[in-house]
Amino acid sequence: MEVLQDLAKTSVLKVQNYSKLSFQSITNLATGPRYMQDTLDQMDDIGVGSLPIVLLSGFFIGAVMVLQTGTQFERFGQASLTGDIVSLALVRELGPSITGLLVAGRCSSGIASELGSMLVTEQVDAMRAMGTDPSRKLVTPRVLASLITLPLLTTISVFVGLIGGMVASVLSLRINATTFWERAIKILEFSDIMQGFSKTVVFAFILATVGCYQGLNVRGGTQGVGRATTQAVVVSSVLIIVSDTFLTKLALYLADKFF
Amino acid sequence: MEPYPSSLASTVTDTGRPSIEFNNVRLGFDEGEILRGVTFSAQERETVILLGETGTGKTLLLKLASGLLRPDSGSIQVLGKDISGMTESELLEIRRQIGFVFQEGALFDSLTVGENVAYRLYEDGLGDDEIQPLVKEVLRFVELAHTIDSLPSELSGGMRRRVAIARALIARPPIVLYDSPTAGLDPITSQTIISLILRLRDVYGVTALLATHRLQDGFALANFHFDPQSKKVRRNSPTEHSRVAPTRFLVLRAGKIYFEGSPDDMMKSQDPYLQRFLI
Repeated sequence: MEVLQDLAKTSVLKVQNYSKLSFQSITNLATGPRYMQDTLDQMDDIGVGSLPIVLLSGFFIGAVMVLQTGTQFERFGQASLTGDIVSLALVRELGPSITGLLVAGRCSSGIASELGSMLVTEQVDAMRAMGTDPSRKLVTPRVLASLITLPLLTTISVFVGLIGGMVASVLSLRINATTFWERAIKILEFSDIMQGFSKTVVFAFILATVGCYQGLNVRGGTQGVGRATTQAVVVSSVLIIVSDTFLTKLALYLADKFF
Repeated sequence: MEPYPSSLASTVTDTGRPSIEFNNVRLGFDEGEILRGVTFSAQERETVILLGETGTGKTLLLKLASGLLRPDSGSIQVLGKDISGMTESELLEIRRQIGFVFQEGALFDSLTVGENVAYRLYEDGLGDDEIQPLVKEVLRFVELAHTIDSLPSELSGGMRRRVAIARALIARPPIVLYDSPTAGLDPITSQTIISLILRLRDVYGVTALLATHRLQDGFALANFHFDPQSKKVRRNSPTEHSRVAPTRFLVLRAGKIYFEGSPDDMMKSQDPYLQRFLI
C-alpha cells in the first residue's frame, strides 16, 4: 500500500513540476530577458536540422497513401477520388502527426540529452549561480523555436506528400497530374487546415516541453542522461498520439458547430 | 544531544561586518538529514576554509550560501539580506554578487574560454567593446590569455579551474565560493590554483568560503600572502600576520560544525579527529 502511495505521490509531483515548467516557458515571454539568438539557433537546429527527414518521409507517405487507397478506389471505378482522400488525410492527420512524431524522435531526445548533460556537469547550476534563469535561457527558446518551426515543417511535409502522391498516382494509377492536384486542393476547407495547424502547435509544445523537463530532471549521472533521452522520446510520442485523438474529436465537433 | 564536545568551537574575533551568516541551518534529502543545525559567519574579506570528509555537506553549504539550495530550516544572510525565504528571481540578483567556482569548473562546453568568461557580462547587456578588454584582463590574471579562443575540452583540468576562477572574477563579486578547487589536481597545479586564490583575496579583497579536504590548502592561504609590489606570493612574517586577510578553519562532521578556529588553534588542537587531518 505504501509503495502505491509513494508511486502516486511521485507521479503527481512529476505532473505538477512538468506543468509548472511548461507554464513558465510561456509566461517567460511576457518579461525580459529574452534570448532571441538562442531561439534562432534552436530554430536552425529543430527546423532546418529536421528538414531532410521531413522531406523524405513526407514524400513517401504521400506516395504510399496513394498506392494503398488508389487500388481500393479503382475497384469501384473511382480512382480519381484518390487525390481527395490523400489530401484530407495528409492535411488533417498524417502531416501533423507523422511530422510531430519524427521531430519528437529527433529533437525531444536531443533536447533531453543536451540539457541532461548540462545538468550532470553542473552547467545548469553554474548558469543559476551567475544570475541566469535556466527556464528563460534553456527552455523558452526551445519551446518557442519548436512552436514556430513545427507548423512550417508540417506545411512542407504535406506539400511534399501531395507531390509524392501525385507522382504515385500518375505512375501507378494513370491519373492525370492536373486532375489529382485540382481535386487535392479543391477538397480542402478552412476547417481542415485549422485542424492540422492546431495539432502542430500542440505537438510542438509537447515535444519541446517534455524534452526540457526530462533533461532538467536527470538523476544518476550519465546513465540518467541515457534514461532521460529514451523517456523523452517515449513520453512525447505517446502524448502526441493521445492528444491527437482528443484534438481530432474537438476539431470535428468545432467544425460541425461553426463551419 | 551534542555528539561532539562543543568546547572545540573557539570564539573568532570579528574583522568587519559579516558577509555570510548561517544560523541553525538544517538540510536533508531522502537519504536523511545532512546538515543538522549549522551556525557560522564569514566576515568581510575573511577566508573560511570548510574542511571535512566526503559527504559531510561542504558543497551543500556553498550551494546554500549562493541560494542554489534552500534550507529546510534556519536562516542564511548574505551581504545583510536573508536569502532563505527569497524567490528565485530575487535570488538571481543576489547571485550576481557571488562568484562560484565549481569543483570541475562547470564551464559551458559549447562556448569558447572567452565566451565562458564573458558570459555574465553578456547577460548584463554589455557591448563587445566593453567586454573584450575585461575578458582579456581576467584571463591575463589567471595567466591564460592565450586560450581565449579555445574550447574547454581542449584545456587540462587545472586550466579549466583557472578559467572557472576567471569567470567567477569577471564581475568583481565581493564574495567568492570555491568548491574543492584543487581536488584531483597534481601538487604543482594545486599550488598554482591556491596562489591564484591568494592573489584574488589580496588584490580584490574578496570574502571567500573554500570547501576542501586538503588541509595544506588552508594553511597555504593562512600563511602566505600576495605582495602586489613584487607581484610574488610570500610567506607571512610575524609582523604581517595582523595585516593579511584572516583565514579561519571550520571542520564539519556528522552534519555539524565540529571545530571552528584559527590555523594556530587547529595546529595546537589535541583532538584525535582533528589530528587525523594534520597527519
